[in-house]
Amino acid sequence: MTATAKRTTGRARSERRLGWMLCAPAVTVMLLVTAYPIVYALYLSLQRYDLRFPDDHGFVGLDNYQAVLSNGVWWQDLINTLVITAASVIVELILGFALAFVMYRAFFGRAVVRSAILVPYGIITVVAAFAWRFAFDPTTGFVNGLTNSDRSWFTEQWSSYVVIISTEVWKTTPFMSLLLLAGFMLVPQDAVRAARVDGASAWQRLWKIIIPLMKPAILVAVLFRTLDAFRIFDTIYVQTRGAQNTESVSIIGYQTLISRLNLGLGSAVSVLIFACVLIIAFVFVKGFGANLAQQRGENP
Amino acid sequence: MSRRRASDKAFWAGGIVIVVIYALLPVAWIVSLSLKPTDEITNGKFLPQHPSFDNFSDVWKDPQFPSALRNSLGIALISTLLAVVLATFAAYAIVRLDFPGKTLIMSGALAIAMFPPVAIIGPLFNMWRSLHLFDTWFGLIIPYMTFTLPMAIWTLSAFFREIPWDLDKAARVDGATPFQAFRKVIAPLAAPGMFTSAILVFIFAWNDFLFATALTSTNRARTVPAAITFFTGSSQFDFPTGQIAAASVIVTIPIIVMVLLFQRRIVAGLTSGAVKG
Repeated sequence: MTATAKRTTGRARSERRLGWMLCAPAVTVMLLVTAYPIVYALYLSLQRYDLRFPDDHGFVGLDNYQAVLSNGVWWQDLINTLVITAASVIVELILGFALAFVMYRAFFGRAVVRSAILVPYGIITVVAAFAWRFAFDPTTGFVNGLTNSDRSWFTEQWSSYVVIISTEVWKTTPFMSLLLLAGFMLVPQDAVRAARVDGASAWQRLWKIIIPLMKPAILVAVLFRTLDAFRIFDTIYVQTRGAQNTESVSIIGYQTLISRLNLGLGSAVSVLIFACVLIIAFVFVKGFGANLAQQRGENP
Repeated sequence: MSRRRASDKAFWAGGIVIVVIYALLPVAWIVSLSLKPTDEITNGKFLPQHPSFDNFSDVWKDPQFPSALRNSLGIALISTLLAVVLATFAAYAIVRLDFPGKTLIMSGALAIAMFPPVAIIGPLFNMWRSLHLFDTWFGLIIPYMTFTLPMAIWTLSAFFREIPWDLDKAARVDGATPFQAFRKVIAPLAAPGMFTSAILVFIFAWNDFLFATALTSTNRARTVPAAITFFTGSSQFDFPTGQIAAASVIVTIPIIVMVLLFQRRIVAGLTSGAVKG
């Protein structure tokens, strides 16, 4: 590749120019709408800038960060978000495996199963959140009637968590299971068969052969879902709007920026959320060795 | 052996049934809720006793929902078109052409796929107000296009790698310019991949709630997820459960149709790109 790059023949040069030209629109859009605003958010986070008092506006250094980080609400919301993220991703991983095996072994109705599980994936999150909320709501729901209880699910933290996490799990397990299934398909069947011939039980084959060979796929699926779950917003907004101490970091960011119009403080929250995402991604890539190119069966 | 096969079969058949129930039960519930007349909404039963379409006619009569549906369709379709066109150019260049910077573009796209949208709604809100993009279609199309470009580029590159490129070479040997080779030979071969990424982009844009609430304020550009959430209904005193359910059912229909028609493509797209928007 370097050899061809060095040969600056007319053809190579025009190919290079065409390559840049074809990528330019997509790259420009992505930079303008993500990189520029995040830099702008960084700038805003160092300002006192409240749209309700537009005249009182100026550089305040790290005051906004200090205000956010010394406030218990941020830490509480961060804990809530991490609890919801961890619980949903763990349940999804287990359920996702079960789903992937059912799809793999489905000797009939493969299309039916796949179409069915794509419905939760495709459905609007707000709609899913309403469906679950109405199902558990003591006045409109059928869950209490079914279990013969009169619990009001959205008046306590743990029971609100149960509904929020169930909604998330229902909606996103299909995505997880499809990624796991794709990883499972890449496991060489010879290795599994050989282990079987050698007398390994199904359980041993799963833990000693299949899961280690699927590790890259599992890591990528878990990384994507973790980052996705960490930005949870729609479900909580529809189901509790953050009441009963179920607020997530995205909710507090949204409330500060859009409801309270405090762009300075809200931008500090945004930058902190961004930093959390970077840390999570870093931990996965460096700590667990998640290789994002590997999943796709490509040579790096 | 054959007895074991039979019990095996029964086991997996049971699994299939459970999976289908798992996937469709909440959808069945919202459909059933939408068909309940007002006096049955709170009866705590799963199925309506006297199904009626009143909720549907009510939600159509309300001015909020039809305009939200129009906005959602328009915004999602335009975002899809733009994202797929831009991503096709980029993915073709990345797979086919030799130029420095393509690894950077791919990893940059991946970084954006993981980017938390809430981190930029403040700046976008402020920028859109001064650019007069607040509460307009383009105010939503621009972020949707951006956040789906990474997914589209990765999915399309994965599909493009599968294309028999010798045809492209043959065309170029025959004297076609790189651009002609792209338009006449590759574009038709690339259509299935483009279609697949279009479905995924559409689902993202159709689904989004965060940008829709933050960057719109009226029926002018408010899309369905935001409209449903802030739906007040005709009466101030009753929470419009039935109408929200009816609106939910209407906006789920396009998703179900797509899933039924293009199940194979969606699965291929999700697993080849491995990037979710």
